[in-house]
Amino acid sequence: MSLTYLEAIREAQYEALRQNPDVFLYGQDIGAFGGAFKATKGLAREFPGRVFDSPISEDAMVGLAVGAAIEGARPILEMQFADFSSVGFNQIVNQAGTQYWRTDVPCPITIRLPSGGTPGSGPFHSQSMESIYAHYPGLVIVTPATVEDAYWMLLDSVELNDPVMFCEHKFLYYHLKADSLGERSLPIGKARIARPGRHATVVTYSAMLHEALKSAEELQLDGYQIEVVDLRSVKPMDTDTILASVARTGRLLAVGESFPWGGVTAEIVARVSTEAFHLLDAPPMRLNSKDTPIPYHPNLWKSHRPTVTTISDAVRRLLRY
Amino acid sequence: MQLSRQVEEKLGSLYRSGGRIVGGVYLGKGQEAFSAALGVQLVEGKDVYGPLIRDQAGRIAFGEPLLDCFRTYLGTATGPMRGRDGNIHRGRPKEGMLAMISHLGALVSVVTGVLFARRLRGSLGDTVGATSIGDGGTSTGAFHEGMNLAAVEKLPLIVSVANNQFAYSTPNSRQFACEDLLSRAEGYGVQGWSVTGTDLASCLKGFRAAVAAARSGGGPQMVVGRMLRLGGHGEHDDASYVPEEARFSHLGQDCLMVAEKTLAARGLASAEVVRGWEQEGRKLIDAAIAQAGREPLPDPYRERWDALSTSHLVEGRSE
Repeated sequence: MSLTYLEAIREAQYEALRQNPDVFLYGQDIGAFGGAFKATKGLAREFPGRVFDSPISEDAMVGLAVGAAIEGARPILEMQFADFSSVGFNQIVNQAGTQYWRTDVPCPITIRLPSGGTPGSGPFHSQSMESIYAHYPGLVIVTPATVEDAYWMLLDSVELNDPVMFCEHKFLYYHLKADSLGERSLPIGKARIARPGRHATVVTYSAMLHEALKSAEELQLDGYQIEVVDLRSVKPMDTDTILASVARTGRLLAVGESFPWGGVTAEIVARVSTEAFHLLDAPPMRLNSKDTPIPYHPNLWKSHRPTVTTISDAVRRLLRY
Repeated sequence: MQLSRQVEEKLGSLYRSGGRIVGGVYLGKGQEAFSAALGVQLVEGKDVYGPLIRDQAGRIAFGEPLLDCFRTYLGTATGPMRGRDGNIHRGRPKEGMLAMISHLGALVSVVTGVLFARRLRGSLGDTVGATSIGDGGTSTGAFHEGMNLAAVEKLPLIVSVANNQFAYSTPNSRQFACEDLLSRAEGYGVQGWSVTGTDLASCLKGFRAAVAAARSGGGPQMVVGRMLRLGGHGEHDDASYVPEEARFSHLGQDCLMVAEKTLAARGLASAEVVRGWEQEGRKLIDAAIAQAGREPLPDPYRERWDALSTSHLVEGRSE
């Protein structure tokens, strides 16, 4: 049996609905239609009265989820595209993100964000929002890069008593496959050494993990062993695992698909520079998309985001220093 | 509503005398009849209430203790917000009193969500949820999304719209172009009710009917009342932008005086009886302030500085 990243997300929602009667799904076109990406295919039929089509109202969807969570429910919201969560931004950062801190009442909601670029998707169906949401207190930001993590981290997210932004990457939906879902292994908040190495560390997450792994393969042909760290969740960020890796390699490149100004990669570089300056043999580097909206045409899109080529170039510069 | 007026006058004088009140003071003077008329229809411990900035009267009517109010205004660590948030933002969500954020319209969908979860779990029964908004707040996208969603879900939500003519300093003419905000109810497919915002009897009648309709499965209800805010947006604001003619119009009537006259005219309570209520109120207020005033303020060294309830996910905390 083989399962795609997208099917794992569907299976996790099936399992969450099955395990806990307090779980319900709310989102646009997710009922009988099964969602724009079919991440909820068949769930409305299997769990009658627990999978709801919502109006196109991202603000009110999040507000509804917060209210339901106050009452003890554990809603999973689907944003049709991560990009549209900007319409619900206020409720996410100001209502959900402050709820526990202000009132001592936890806010267990999971917001699924179909994230990241795919060819031909353009400026408004391609965004990666993890850096934006990570900036705000009170939110947990997870960015699964594997089929197993997509499954287990979604189940973990639903069980957390805090709002979770579940950034699932659309580029991985169909072609990332696994033979099984494996076992629940690492908890949210722990990074994983995706590939061990000793010459440089590449810290990344989500779809960029796979670009970084291909780059590491390529660089191995030149005799370089690149360690690749998969953050899995960007907030909390597993600084210990990052620092331990940098201690082994002395060199750091942080790679992310979101826009370059600030954000997750800047945070990684800041933490390493502050806490492990003495371990560095070269100035830490970061690589992000370009500082423009995300282009529509595949020729432009491929050059807008980090790729195997640009990651390898950056690592070579890092190694040459 | 009378106790609310007394509480707010006390808050205003504490604010002006300086030093004791932490943060701004936003009062509901002139809106007490409208606010209280909703609050008294709700059952504490059963219904859900999301008051907004001019709902001191509704809070009292719903059953919020005066201590919650003064503890929050004095910023004590013992209040429901523990110094983390202030004043009109206070609430106890687990007890059915939601804690507003400053972004207007945002509570409409949250109250709806509480009701939604109750229906899902089979515990809705004949409970209702209510929240308030002003004329300015109806212009937000959140208000529109929330109203529409509540209507689609057909949940027992009551939204009270206090049109006090000015959103901070902006008059109705710069806020909306429809004749009457009541017409929005029809657009959302919810039942609309119009009451005289300065007349307690009219407010009570309207809200009683609206809440009953929601309780009996009639879906969302919108109650619109018109009045004038008898003060500034907050105590820092002299409301110099309110024209004289508005102050002396029927909208500028003080609902408290109107209510007193009605009580006397109908033989329900003489002026003497009302003065007795005032004295009782003063005692309650003095006792609450005295107690809150003795209580500790929040201590930055004892503060946990955690925004997550899952403490092992708080960065920098090793537990």
